[in-house]
Amino acid sequence: MKGLKIIVLAKQVPDTRNVGKDAMKADGTVNRAALPAIFNPEDLNALEQALQIKDRIPGSKVTVLTMGPGRAADIIREGMFRGADDGILLSDRAFAGSDTLATSYALSRAIMKMGSVDLIVAGRQAIDGDTAQVGPQVAEKLKLPQLTYVEEIQKIDDKQIIVKRRLERGVEISSCPLPLLITVNGSATDCRARNARLLMKFKHAKTVSEIQNANEDYLHLYNDRPYLTITEWSVNDIDTDPEQLGLTGSPTKVKKIDNVVLQAKDSKVITSSDEDIEALMQELIESHAIG
Amino acid sequence: MNNIFVYCEIEDGTLAEVSLELLTKGRKLADSLKCKLEAVVLGSGLQGIEKQVYPYGVDVLHVADDHRLYPYQTLPHTSIVVKLFEQEKPQIALMGATSIGRDLGPRVSSALHSGLTADCTSLEIGDHEDKKAGVQYKDLLYQIRPAFGGNIIATIINPDCRPQMATVREGVMKKEILNQDYIGELKMIDVEKCVAPEDFIVSIIDRHIEQSKVNLKGAPIVVAGGYGVGSRENFNLLYDLAEVLGGEVGASRAAVDAGYAGHDRQIGQTGVTVRPKLYIACGISGQIQHRAGMEESSQIIAINTDPEAPINSIADYVINGDVAEIIPKMIKYYRKNTK
Repeated sequence: MKGLKIIVLAKQVPDTRNVGKDAMKADGTVNRAALPAIFNPEDLNALEQALQIKDRIPGSKVTVLTMGPGRAADIIREGMFRGADDGILLSDRAFAGSDTLATSYALSRAIMKMGSVDLIVAGRQAIDGDTAQVGPQVAEKLKLPQLTYVEEIQKIDDKQIIVKRRLERGVEISSCPLPLLITVNGSATDCRARNARLLMKFKHAKTVSEIQNANEDYLHLYNDRPYLTITEWSVNDIDTDPEQLGLTGSPTKVKKIDNVVLQAKDSKVITSSDEDIEALMQELIESHAIG
Repeated sequence: MNNIFVYCEIEDGTLAEVSLELLTKGRKLADSLKCKLEAVVLGSGLQGIEKQVYPYGVDVLHVADDHRLYPYQTLPHTSIVVKLFEQEKPQIALMGATSIGRDLGPRVSSALHSGLTADCTSLEIGDHEDKKAGVQYKDLLYQIRPAFGGNIIATIINPDCRPQMATVREGVMKKEILNQDYIGELKMIDVEKCVAPEDFIVSIIDRHIEQSKVNLKGAPIVVAGGYGVGSRENFNLLYDLAEVLGGEVGASRAAVDAGYAGHDRQIGQTGVTVRPKLYIACGISGQIQHRAGMEESSQIIAINTDPEAPINSIADYVINGDVAEIIPKMIKYYRKNTK
């Protein structure tokens, strides 16, 4: 069986799950800069599925593809520490302001440049937008079939895949010939931890832009060890129609952003004392809210 | 032409709740835009399906009836919907934010190069002025949803591309029959003209429907826990209280992410929307994403150690203190006063 060429679509996201008080500005709005940038959680589940295939089918290659600003190279490195072979950072101001459609267009053009691919694996959705749209839209742009909400890959060879999908009201087992795109659920296996050997091997991995800003003492590293250079593509490296990029290529526009301002309701504040709790329960029983 | 379309989901011959809710909303939008409401149902064995659809005020029902169209599969459903939309040019298309709608919606929007907004919590009609380009837009669909972890509410519009597409979760909109005797027009779709053999490349090997064991939507009392509950063990207290009061246990996203409760208990924008008589929020801070799923509860009790928690501002009763201490007391005094 020949090894598979697998692309993992990943996104660096602000950690919106634990917006603490320090992340709120005095006016009650979010201080985005205070939120740590993380590997989107379900994209890690996707990476794990790809790495498991690589474990099962020798000769397979896992490439992490991400679109974002220069610092998004962090998640490519993170992927390499966990077992990905390499990564590509798609980064250009021309992509700024992309909605999901313009994002999937750019990603699909980058994938086309990568030649034939057997499997594209993406997380179901990213925690900053929760749209779950980019995966299916990339599949559509590449005219590939898709299997979304994948919880487990039950069988895969170089011809076809069988997956278990987790839906709202049950599960579905489906098969599809390769190539295709799958999106992976958070309920799938967690991603393996960093591997100490890979961490040592790739800790100096950098994109060309990062290398340019790096300490000169290290420059010889990149000549001697080509695997330390993370591929970085700008808009000029992929074949695109400018009309479909960034803000111009985004059908959806944000008309208005309202920061959440809480309007206080007249609430009754009580303590945890026995008297207070008993009085509350009596009140609820009398008003037939309970009982 | 340029009507409002609702893609309706079907399970065992019955229209999904979320589809009926969207038809209800679609009818209202159609009235304010003075256009027609059209519905699309794709499946198998659909004779008589119009009886379920018309009472919601559907003017035109498009049906594709073919054994290959049920259960739902991405590619054939996409091909048919894309063809239909290219032909009928809807101005608005709505789908459920379900595992079907969220699989189909992006695929269709990509094929038509139209904008799609996921998980809207409100849909309104309004105008827009693009000052830079000096263009006025009348009667756009405002697609309103929390974003960025629920810290902002975004109003999204699709000024130039059609249809304006949006998905909405089950329970967010209200379901209401317009007129039991409402009659629309039935149009059958010629399936062969829409699908290609390669659309059937995926095979469904097995499928078991499990009705969710958790019935949050129907529960008169919901005891919900957040990250502040602190542990899976403490979450057991919530089950105790729910059992005593005859309610169901829900959870915030943070609690689900922390593994305190299963996904089927998640309440909020990306979970279930509930409107119980009484909502008891335990250790829940109350981000907008969560509140979107419960703020229409008749009464809200918030139990929190943080007197500044956002949930307190929408609560009828705020109990400052520790969940582990307060819940056993609630159980004790409920029992004492109902005997």
